[in-house]
Formats: sequence, structure tokens, C-alpha cells
Amino acid sequence: MRVIMTLAGMALLTGPAVADSMEIGIGVPQLNVAEYHRPYVAAWIARPDQTVAANLAVLYQQERRGEDEGETWLKDLRQWWRRAGRDLTMPVDGVSGPTRGPGTHSINIAGDSPALKALEPGDYILNVEAVREVGGREMVQVPFTWPANGAAPLTVSGETELGLITLTLTDED
Amino acid sequence: MKRFAIRLLAASSVLFAVAGTASAHRAWMLPSTFTFSGDSQWVTVDAAISNDLFFPNHHAIDPASVTVTGPDGSPVEIKNAAAGEIRSMFDFQMNQQGTYRVSTAGEPFYFASWSEAGERKRWRGTLDTLRTEGVDKKPDVQISLSNRSVETYVTLGAPSTEVFAATGKGLEFQPVTHPNDVFTGEPVRFKFLLDGAPASGLEVTVLPGNDRYRDTPGEFKLTTDADGVFTFTPTIPGPYWFTAGSEDDTLIDGLPMKVRSSYTATFEALPL
Repeated sequence: MRVIMTLAGMALLTGPAVADSMEIGIGVPQLNVAEYHRPYVAAWIARPDQTVAANLAVLYQQERRGEDEGETWLKDLRQWWRRAGRDLTMPVDGVSGPTRGPGTHSINIAGDSPALKALEPGDYILNVEAVREVGGREMVQVPFTWPANGAAPLTVSGETELGLITLTLTDED
Repeated sequence: MKRFAIRLLAASSVLFAVAGTASAHRAWMLPSTFTFSGDSQWVTVDAAISNDLFFPNHHAIDPASVTVTGPDGSPVEIKNAAAGEIRSMFDFQMNQQGTYRVSTAGEPFYFASWSEAGERKRWRGTLDTLRTEGVDKKPDVQISLSNRSVETYVTLGAPSTEVFAATGKGLEFQPVTHPNDVFTGEPVRFKFLLDGAPASGLEVTVLPGNDRYRDTPGEFKLTTDADGVFTFTPTIPGPYWFTAGSEDDTLIDGLPMKVRSSYTATFEALPL
């Protein structure tokens, strides 16, 4: 038991980011509109030069009975499409998902997930972009520093198509 | 083919020479969407020559003059082509991922003008008919050759560059910034080649669409650098139009003539 704990401690010392995890809360606002369609939403981590460090989620109309019309509108998530989407083959395992209605939706990114394991220490931006059929489009950016440093969750609020975006970095020390 | 001198003209003069109409008339093709996602998509394109961008109010472009090239260089079939009085339209389907070129570039036209019995005569045809009709023997005949292309580009999926392969003839566009990857607030770099070499010192006119809703049309002129590149940063999101023209003196088949080339294209700047 003692040996195992020591090994765990050594692992933390050599790679502090290894186990740090991330939870993203995405608020989808309730809108009082005659025709409501759930928004397409994408979340990704960008480096300061806007290149993509990790693709976290893209919520869109999934293929049904061989129809893939849902992919037609992916380009309307125009920053995500440009930075990440157009170079991917959809759907992407662990990233693609169905659209969500109003409420707060949590995305948990485990410390041992490929996205976070490959994330070098440094400054990043969490981008969350939403676009809604017969509605608008909005992108919210949350700058953060990786790995987690025990700071309080970061929050930025959208104004139209997005509600509160919360980024919680959990320090596993 | 021997080149004596290179003189560069404003694009409007070239369009004037080609269209024989007022200088502000602008040729354009406007796709319904420039950037697409999915496995397969249809696009519809309007094609016209007008004063205001992009509102038909003068002449249509003949849809029979248009070719579409797919990302792998193969021709793409045009469907539902319709020639209107002041605007034409056509559709095509994209089944391959990448960038498609829509172009009116075709066989060059030869023009001639001369004086006969105190009257100015004008003629248009091919190099063959120039000879067979004896136009080349007319007194004080002035001959010119016109290479004119009006283009636009659309992309399904990620942008590709195969359709920009240069032929080495006339005025050609080369992307530094891909025309389907333009965003407001970011510098755009486009390049011109003239007969395969960087077209330096070329004057390019750029105009954002919807000029009819502005008191000042907002047209701006730029000059290509030593690499044939012109640079600007779009501020207004929406469709844009640009054009450039060049004029050379040359000999073709032993006949001295002017070669006029013009290149005009439409692209879109998306908001960040």
C-alpha cells in the first residue's frame, strides 16, 4: 500500500497535468420564439494563435435513416467549421452528439482522455459556438491556463444564443 | 510570340473594350453559398453583368460559356441552366470534397477596327476568320485579342487548391489566402500570374457587394507587389468582387496586335 502511494506521488510530481480534469457547463437559453429549433453547439480548446488543441464536442442533428442533412448546417458553426470541422470525418467518436434543448449541459473531460493527455501546459481559450436554425449565432471564449491551479471555476455569459459557460478545472493533486 | 512592352490598364478599360458598354458594368457570378458541409450538396449560381453588385440590371452572362471544374480537375455537369434577359442561373452538384472552380474562361476573341471610306469599321471573330475574311489586310487595321475570365469558387468540406493549377497563359489567379477562407479583420493575400510569371505592378479593383445601399460605393484599388500579390483586410462581411486587367503588345502568327486579359472573381468574407 505504501509503495503504491509513493508511486502515485511520483507520477504527480513528474506530470502534474496527467490527471487534471475539466468540466464544461454550457447554458442553452430558453427562448420565447414562435419557431424554436435546438441549436448546433461546438466546444473546442484553441491555442492563443487559434489553432485547435482539442476538439471537445459538437452537437448537431444526427444522421437518421441514411439521411445526413444534419451535416449540411455544420458550416454555420463557422469558426468551429473553419478551425476544426472541415478537416474531420463526421461523426467523431466521443465528440459528436445530438442537439440539446434549453438547460445547462455538462461535458466532463477526464484527465486520461486523449484530449487532455495531449494538452501541454500553457495558455488556452475554450471556445463555445452555437447557431440556431431561424435564429442567431454566438461564440463565447473563456481564456484559461493549463494545468489546473486550484482557482475558482471560470464563467463567461453569452448574450443571445448561449447562457452561462462554466469551465471548472479540477486539480487532482 | 514576341513581347514588345507591357502596359497595364485599369480593369474597367478592359471590360469596356470587351463588353463595348459603359465602363462601370461589372461581370459577376454569385453562388448561393460559398462554403458547404456534408457529403453532397447542390449550389445554384447567378451570372450577370450589372452596375450594382450583386443586383442584375443590365445583361446576363450566357450560361453556355460557363464551365465548372471539380476538386480533382474533372468537369462537373451544369444543370438547369437558364438564360435570362438580365441574369442567368445554373445549378451543379458537388459530390467530392474540396474546392470547385466556376469559370467563363473560354476561347479568346479577336477584335479588329479600321477606317473605310471615312467610316470606322469594327469586327469580331477568330484567328481563322480574321485571315479568311481578309480583315488582316484592311488599311491601318488594329487587331486585338481578348482573354477574359469571370470566376468564382465554392468549397464542400475543406478547401483544396488543385483547381488553381496555372496554365501559364494570360492573367491567372492564385490563392495565397484561399478565396473560401476569408474572414473580416484578417489580411487577405491574393496573387496574379501573367503568362505564368508573377504579375507585379498590376492594379486590382476590389468592391464589397451591396454598393447600392451605400452613398460611397467603397471601391478600392490596390497594386500587386513584386510577387504579384495584393493584400487587404476586409471590414464588411459579405460577398466581394475584384477585377484586374492587363494589356500587352504582341505578335501572333506574324500579326502585331494587343493582347488584353482580364480576370474578375467573386468571393465571400465571413464575419469572425
